[in-house]
Amino acid sequence: MKVTLKVWRQKDQKAPGGFQIYQSPELNPNMSFLEMLDVVNEDLAGRGEDPIAFDHDCREGICGTCSLVIDGKPHGPHQGVATCQTYMRSFRNGVEIVIEPFRARPFPIIKDLVCDRKSFDRIQQAGGFISVRTGSTPDANSILIPKENSDLAMDAAQCIGCGACVAACKNASAMLFVSAKVSHFGLLPQGQPERHRRVTAMVQQMDEEGFGACTVTGSCEAVCPKSISLDFIARMNRDFAVALLKGGPKKPSSGGAG
Amino acid sequence: MATLNSNIPAGPLSSKWEKHKFTSKLINPANKRKYKIIVVGAGLAGSSASATLAELGYEVHNFVFHDSPRRAHSVAAQGGINAAKNYQNDGDSVHRLFYDTIKGGDFRSRESNVHRLAEVSVNIIDQCTAQGVPFAREYGGLLDNRSFGGAQVSRTFYARGQTGQQLLLGAYSALCRNIANGGVKSYTHAEMLDLVVVDGHARGIIVRNLQTGEITRHNADAVVLATGGYGNVFNLSTYARGSNTTAIWRAYRRGACLANPCYTQIHPTCIPVSGDYQSKLTLMSESLRNDGRVWVPKRKEDCKKDPREIAEGDRDYYLERMYSAFGNLAPRDIASRAAKTVCDEGRGIGLTGLGVYLDFSDAIRRLSEDRVRERYGNLFAMYQEITDEDAYKTPMRIYPAVHYTMGGLWVDYNLMSNISGLFVLGEANFSDHGANRLGASALMQGLADGYFVLPSTIATYLSTVKPRSRAGTDHAAFREAEENVRMLTKKLLSCNGKRTPASFHKELGKIMWDYCGMARNKKGLEKALQLLPALREEYWKNVQVLGEPNGWNQSLESAGRVADFIELGDLMCRDALEREESCGGHFREEYQYTPADPETQQGLVNPGDVKRRDDAFAHVAAWEYAGAGRAPVLNKEPLVYEEVKMSTRSYK
Ligand SMILES: Cc1cc2nc3c(=O)[nH]c(=O)nc-3n(C[C@H](O)[C@H](O)[C@H](O)COP(=O)(O)OP(=O)(O)OC[C@H]3O[C@@H](n4cnc5c(N)ncnc54)[C@H](O)[C@@H]3O)c2cc1C
Ligand code: FES
Repeated sequence: MKVTLKVWRQKDQKAPGGFQIYQSPELNPNMSFLEMLDVVNEDLAGRGEDPIAFDHDCREGICGTCSLVIDGKPHGPHQGVATCQTYMRSFRNGVEIVIEPFRARPFPIIKDLVCDRKSFDRIQQAGGFISVRTGSTPDANSILIPKENSDLAMDAAQCIGCGACVAACKNASAMLFVSAKVSHFGLLPQGQPERHRRVTAMVQQMDEEGFGACTVTGSCEAVCPKSISLDFIARMNRDFAVALLKGGPKKPSSGGAG
Repeated sequence: MATLNSNIPAGPLSSKWEKHKFTSKLINPANKRKYKIIVVGAGLAGSSASATLAELGYEVHNFVFHDSPRRAHSVAAQGGINAAKNYQNDGDSVHRLFYDTIKGGDFRSRESNVHRLAEVSVNIIDQCTAQGVPFAREYGGLLDNRSFGGAQVSRTFYARGQTGQQLLLGAYSALCRNIANGGVKSYTHAEMLDLVVVDGHARGIIVRNLQTGEITRHNADAVVLATGGYGNVFNLSTYARGSNTTAIWRAYRRGACLANPCYTQIHPTCIPVSGDYQSKLTLMSESLRNDGRVWVPKRKEDCKKDPREIAEGDRDYYLERMYSAFGNLAPRDIASRAAKTVCDEGRGIGLTGLGVYLDFSDAIRRLSEDRVRERYGNLFAMYQEITDEDAYKTPMRIYPAVHYTMGGLWVDYNLMSNISGLFVLGEANFSDHGANRLGASALMQGLADGYFVLPSTIATYLSTVKPRSRAGTDHAAFREAEENVRMLTKKLLSCNGKRTPASFHKELGKIMWDYCGMARNKKGLEKALQLLPALREEYWKNVQVLGEPNGWNQSLESAGRVADFIELGDLMCRDALEREESCGGHFREEYQYTPADPETQQGLVNPGDVKRRDDAFAHVAAWEYAGAGRAPVLNKEPLVYEEVKMSTRSYK
């Protein structure tokens, strides 16, 4: 099979970008989408043209590095998978495929299809942890956790931090990402002591980074490669409301020595 | 010749670590913050070490080439992590985990290190649970366990099929906490391209910022490498595409010994190669072998048939037949080689004939499809995405693939390399897995090294360094190292050749797989040792690196990494050639059990199993760089076993 690619090319953050059209060489339907881009890039290099920059690493849907908006949809046509888990058999022979980067103000473009998602790290640094020092912990089985809670916490904890939720949202809201982390900890007994401080600090950082408000359109859940549920946003909103009522410190005070 | 002093503490095995911690020097809290430590890598090993060192009060600088510490390759580990908790009351103990690991490594690891690993394993589970890692639980609220290869107890803790992700996010959250409170300074998209050694001590690194191309110097009182494994030397592997050898290879070129580079783990259960465009191989977790049964048809004629139509009596469940005690849970090296053997016999399945079945129909009958879905749902889904086949209905097709490298930089008991002040953790070092790693023990080792071992042992070294005496970045050694990096970049960009780094990487991978893969022999290795220098020569004449030195340039990034892989491949083949025995994952065809051997006749092993030669090869082979164009020097650290007797590894 062959396809036509309409790809966003942009030299660096400041340069204006634009679409370029490429014809793919002969492809195999069992190729992954990223393998298709590899093949196109080898072809470009063969002609001395600058290969298309795109982000990737694990190529099995777990590291959250790959991005791409494919035909208008972050992570492509299928639900519950990342771009790297999308295969060419999902496209018809001869079609045109439009490939763009994740677009959102807090994700500036580095080059072509690669964007900078460090804002997510800063949100996590604001409070996405349980303050426990290495070595000062009780026996693991001294903390009993009902299986239902631990399973639900795991549903939230699965987030791969890719940012598709932001790219899909017309407001560039990061609520699904933040609520997944807040819920993961909030559902576990270990997470209780810092529960309200955490949610306040993370939400505040999210706002400072320039992510937008949530208007519950659900587009984030629809593109999430781990199908993280919108329910976690409701859960976070409740926690946030309680935290506001309680007042209390906004940022966590510094934990260990340092 | 390098001096290799393993610094193993004296005394009985089971009290070495306690005693060592007690007799090691401490550094007073006020002085700790005067020491600056560079940690390269934020996988399980690097992020746990960075967070813990910062908690202790050291000034920590953490570097990763990824855009975020959370993306390290550790994130992809699926199956689980071992610990001698004996929560199942099935007879597990520190000693049993120690013994299983030593035996699993085919008696080629250091006894004292492995014992310490088993001791601290229990603390890891406590630590991770306290951080909020959502390990799988039973209905009563207690932690659940599963079994992994090479063990007859259930000691593996897991978080669905995403254990590595959850452990990494736990360590990453600890790292984030310490970044927020100023204990750690984090540098992302920052690739270490050289090690700086001042008067024999590691004192810094040279880093390229992948976004801007800027090259900078960083100094410290100690440098810690936790940069992962080098399995991508084979091009196709289960590793993330970005995993590479550059950090440890450049340290090797600065004098750090590289130990047992040929010890590679080939994992038995991966999705077979489908075509020439393939960029990676996907692992199907070993945990599947708890309930899946591995088989091929007994007759060649049946190989192309629909597996569901092959009668029970016409199937060869070869692992159960050959290794009745461990069956489908035989260790990885054994299971992989057995798959190769049946395929070599012409009984492989699938289009290429390089595949075997992993069949869940018995498990589904026994447990129900829902139970199987609960245990392995995400793996079955992953399999379906890639192959377009439903493994609940038809058996999975699997084949071995490169998965882990047991070799790595040589370290002593304190995890310090032969360069003073250079510490190496996690998969990047060689220390704990001998010639074969057991499943679920890499995560254990990475976290043991980072949370519990290094934070204690590094003090022994730092106590010999005067606080705030470190060389400044204007020292000649820094200037020389930076110049070295700039020259290399320039050289790559000015080659103007015709072949991309990717095409060289493919060719390298094929040479390595053909001659230094699952089975090796003298003739093949000698051939590889002719092909590789030629490939290297062509590389520097004909590689095509596009773009500019400044700014984002993936072509340049991979060009540097592939150049290092080609040199490493050469060293691996040398090591494999030199080691005239078989052990664990290193199978030299010349050294295998035959039907006439007493061990075969006593029923301990099967004909074709690996045959060690303890009289000549019970040592660590630590290779030392001797300069460009010169043959590397082989140093040997004898493996002295005080407590365990090296015996024939039997899984029958
Ligand atoms: C698919 C898969 C499944 C696995 N499943 C299991 C399992 O179930 N149980 C188990 O025990 N083990 C498993 N393993 C093995 C295990 O995951 C790894 O051995 C382990 O995670 C390695 O951790 P690490 O911290 O040593 O290195 P990594 O996680 O590889 O981290 C390396 C770090 O170093 C950085 N880095 C590297 N080079 C440089 C450089 N030059 N400059 C700057 N930064 C650099 C990277 O950015 C990264 O942060 C699995 C492996 C694979 C491939
Ligand atoms: S490349 Fe890792 S999630 Fe896609």
